[in-house]
Amino acid sequence: MSRRAAYDGVVAAVPITIPYERYSIQTAHWWIGRALAETISRAGIRKRDIDGLCVSSFTLGPDTAVGLTQHLGMSPRWLDHIPMGGATGVVALRRAARAVQAGDADIVACVAGDTNGPDSFRALVAGFSRFAADATYPYGAAGPNGSFAILTDAYMRRYGATREDFGRICVAQRQNALSFPHALMKRKLTMEEYLAARMVSSPVALFDCVMPCAGAEAFLVMRDDTAASLGLASARVLSTIERHNAFPEDPIQLRGGWAQDMPELYAMAGITPAGIDLLQTYDDYPVIVMMQFEDLGFCAKGEGPDFVRSHDLTLAGDFPHNTSGGQLSVGQAGAAGGYLGMTEALRQITGAPLGPQVANARTALVSGFGMINYDRGLCSGAAILQAA
Amino acid sequence: MSPPLPPRRKADPLALPRQALMPQGGRSRAALGLAAMAAQGRFALQICAACGAAQYPPRDVCHECLGTELPWRDVPTGAALLGETTVHLSGDTYFRVRTPWRTGLVALDCGPSAVAHVHPDVAPAGRARMSLRLDRSGQGVLLALPERDSPNMMDDPMIREMTCDPRGRRILVTDGRSAFGQEAARSLLAAGAAQVFLGIADGWKPFKGQDNLPGDAVQLDLTDATSVSELAAEFGGRIDIVVNTALHIRPGGPLDRRDLVSAREEMEVAYFGPLRLAQALGPTLRARAADGPYGACAWVNIHGIDALAPAPGFALTAAAQAAGLSLSQSLRTSLAPIRVLTAFVGPLEDEWHQAIPPPKVTPTALAAAIVRGLREGLEEITVGDIAMDVMRRWRDNPSTLARERAG
Amino acid sequence: MSTLAAFAADLLAGKIKVIDLTQTLSPEFPTIALPPMFGQCAPFRLEEISRYDERGPAWYWNNFSCGEHTGTHFDAPIHWVSGKDLPNNTTDTIDAQNFIAPACVIDCSVQSAENPDFILTVDVIKAWEAKHGQIPAGNWVFLRTDWSKRSGADYANVKEDGAHTPGPDPDAVKFLVEERDVIGFGVETIGTDAGQAHGFTPPYPAHFFMHGKGRFGLQCMANLDKLPPTGALIVSPPLKIKGGSGSPLRVLALVGA
Ligand SMILES: [Zn+2]
Repeated sequence: MSRRAAYDGVVAAVPITIPYERYSIQTAHWWIGRALAETISRAGIRKRDIDGLCVSSFTLGPDTAVGLTQHLGMSPRWLDHIPMGGATGVVALRRAARAVQAGDADIVACVAGDTNGPDSFRALVAGFSRFAADATYPYGAAGPNGSFAILTDAYMRRYGATREDFGRICVAQRQNALSFPHALMKRKLTMEEYLAARMVSSPVALFDCVMPCAGAEAFLVMRDDTAASLGLASARVLSTIERHNAFPEDPIQLRGGWAQDMPELYAMAGITPAGIDLLQTYDDYPVIVMMQFEDLGFCAKGEGPDFVRSHDLTLAGDFPHNTSGGQLSVGQAGAAGGYLGMTEALRQITGAPLGPQVANARTALVSGFGMINYDRGLCSGAAILQAA
Repeated sequence: MSPPLPPRRKADPLALPRQALMPQGGRSRAALGLAAMAAQGRFALQICAACGAAQYPPRDVCHECLGTELPWRDVPTGAALLGETTVHLSGDTYFRVRTPWRTGLVALDCGPSAVAHVHPDVAPAGRARMSLRLDRSGQGVLLALPERDSPNMMDDPMIREMTCDPRGRRILVTDGRSAFGQEAARSLLAAGAAQVFLGIADGWKPFKGQDNLPGDAVQLDLTDATSVSELAAEFGGRIDIVVNTALHIRPGGPLDRRDLVSAREEMEVAYFGPLRLAQALGPTLRARAADGPYGACAWVNIHGIDALAPAPGFALTAAAQAAGLSLSQSLRTSLAPIRVLTAFVGPLEDEWHQAIPPPKVTPTALAAAIVRGLREGLEEITVGDIAMDVMRRWRDNPSTLARERAG
Repeated sequence: MSTLAAFAADLLAGKIKVIDLTQTLSPEFPTIALPPMFGQCAPFRLEEISRYDERGPAWYWNNFSCGEHTGTHFDAPIHWVSGKDLPNNTTDTIDAQNFIAPACVIDCSVQSAENPDFILTVDVIKAWEAKHGQIPAGNWVFLRTDWSKRSGADYANVKEDGAHTPGPDPDAVKFLVEERDVIGFGVETIGTDAGQAHGFTPPYPAHFFMHGKGRFGLQCMANLDKLPPTGALIVSPPLKIKGGSGSPLRVLALVGA
């Protein structure tokens, strides 16, 4: 059905996570620089071997990827800057893979990093987008908490989800985080604690929200022979999808762009959802995780609540999901939050996890979601990766 | 149903009053149109001139056909509440002391979905009646109300933030010598004002109605700096709304007089007087703007509609009115979050307009319009058929209006 | 010892007292109320320039504004149309010799208390002269009404048909000017004329005849009750306004202790 070319011969490798900090006095440049240095060191290459650079950050301003090249002393022949929030990891992979495949670049470093100060998040939210500043922030100024609370409320009414259903996702991810060394939230979370938590923006309570923090994530995209010559474990890109402002006619967002592109995602990869060994969703709120279960084909629309009731989402469970603990437990390092699932999936399927290894993990689905421009997230994307 | 307004409590003299902070007021140019519509109490959105699609949030290009002509048009007020949240925790300095705060996403009957403030009496997932309001920053915001007025609807703290209801408030009416000033005081008291201070200038000079004055007469002459500062010192801390009823309208064009005496008097009343009063009362009003449900909230200035373009025969008055109008517009920023309501009025039914044929505005009608404007939290009202006619022409084309008024 | 030195010595010794005949210039002091189609006399207004603040750290001062006929004020002959063509008829050209002159004080306070429209007639003047002697030429004649003890609306005493305050009739003014050659006429009320003098023939006779003959007016004075019927010396120089028709001023009376 698809006329799209496969990503033959392209791999992703060297997943890097720079441990997050709640607040940092350093800049985004500093965090991105650290991630690049770590990537180079782990790949055993020189800085000038990186001839493609793809950057994502909310706090790099007024610089973009362009200014960063001079700051870091790099001369890439291919450069991209992706402002897609939680979808940046998937989209960066897509862009970089095609560049490498076409020979526009040999080694692309994909990197996302952000800093975080005590007032950074509020300031980011207040000026997030024109529509948000005009028509969301002035209404209670609850930021994404408020936006997702409204979606959560509508989802609960429509499909009968309960807070406990969302709690299952959060509790399982916290369980995963307990063995992920870089997670900021290291205390076990019980369902009782989840349900009793302070209401932030009803029905969203404390443990439904991510903790904004500073951090950076990176990975490399190159040809499979390059990876082999460098002796790097890597993963092939089986398929990807990307969609923006999907279903604008939906009065409220109860599905994401994945629902539109899911058939192509699996067709291109030549597998079905049953062939996915582990899933990394974008998880700034549990409601959007539930929608990804549905829209990525793991259950039908509206069956998300049943799905979480009938599956064990932990590392050792029957449906390993957000195995690092996800942003809900590791923290949300700005745009790097859109990379967390990608680096974690790469680590798991290349056999280099930071915590426990998911058993028999060869094929991973990473999905991204980002940019509450106004009343809904506009960017969605997904990629299926397989151990090379 | 929302509870009725609690009675006014005496302020704790030892407590630092709640600071008069504002919700974020920065807006794109297109979104400023919401404030312009809310100011007049209209529920209007951009409608694409090419394809008729309603747009929200306000924008520069039609989301349907990419048309760029998006005039503001009144739209149906019906809407359905799709999802909602009650904010308990906000990082914003204005909202964090006003939580819980209910907002939601509504599907407007005219098409788009919109984030809106949601009145507590709107049923969950129910139907709502939308209105555009001015928030404390003076920007236009959507407020979802119950489909039909509920008891105590206007008493809800959220809607009190967006309106300037005279009920329970203490009000200064600046010119009690005029029939309009007296009528304003009477109407405000009838609307539930806790107290009306009625300013009287030149108390030694007799005037109509002096034996039957509504409210509490106080000495006030806006043209006298001493009088203004004495009033501010004595009553400034007790005034929640200022209704400046001082109007000084005299016939005459620039060449009809040989001196500036009368022109200067007009400026004194229309411009210097309110400026003086704003300098004297403004800081106190602003400081008390967040003082609970009865906080200081509004400043009303009356402008002859001639402020928009001079009418023959009243040209000098028009100039003074234009100066006053310009001041009102600046005060909107300077006095914020105190709302500045400008009331444009056509020829009044008084001795200075004997040569003007009807329809003319009676003091009662003008007073009633002001009470209504305060209750609805408006920023601009136009009173009387002639004023409305001029306003429509001004909106249509200000340059044409100036010429057609010149006659 | 010269006359002047003796006077100065008496002044220093307290044998001559100085009485202030001036009302305080304040914004709320009434001004004459003319029908609204006429130009109006500006009331007194004070605007602060600085008060030991950022506008002037070590000093306090004000700008003031008012009409030439605001508060206790002097009327020059040019004030009235009847005196418009006289020589030296403005505040800057009147011979300064005129600004110090003796005064005769006619006490009509009892009559005025009974009747705010009390009219000073030739008969009343002659009755006064019978007691105190003929009014000498070059004297001021002051009409004492104790009106200055009133304030606000009582002082202005404006009713629907205009002000009701005492004043002279045309014959009395003519008598004072032509028969007694007075230097001017002074009162406690707003206007040397009676409140209802617009209905006299001619209207406003005190203005018409006094100024027509180059005589002066003093209005809104106070403390006339502290003056003897004769023998007070009045110091009343108006501001030297170029072409001025009058001016607010400080009016002082010197009286023997
Ligand atoms: Zn269109």
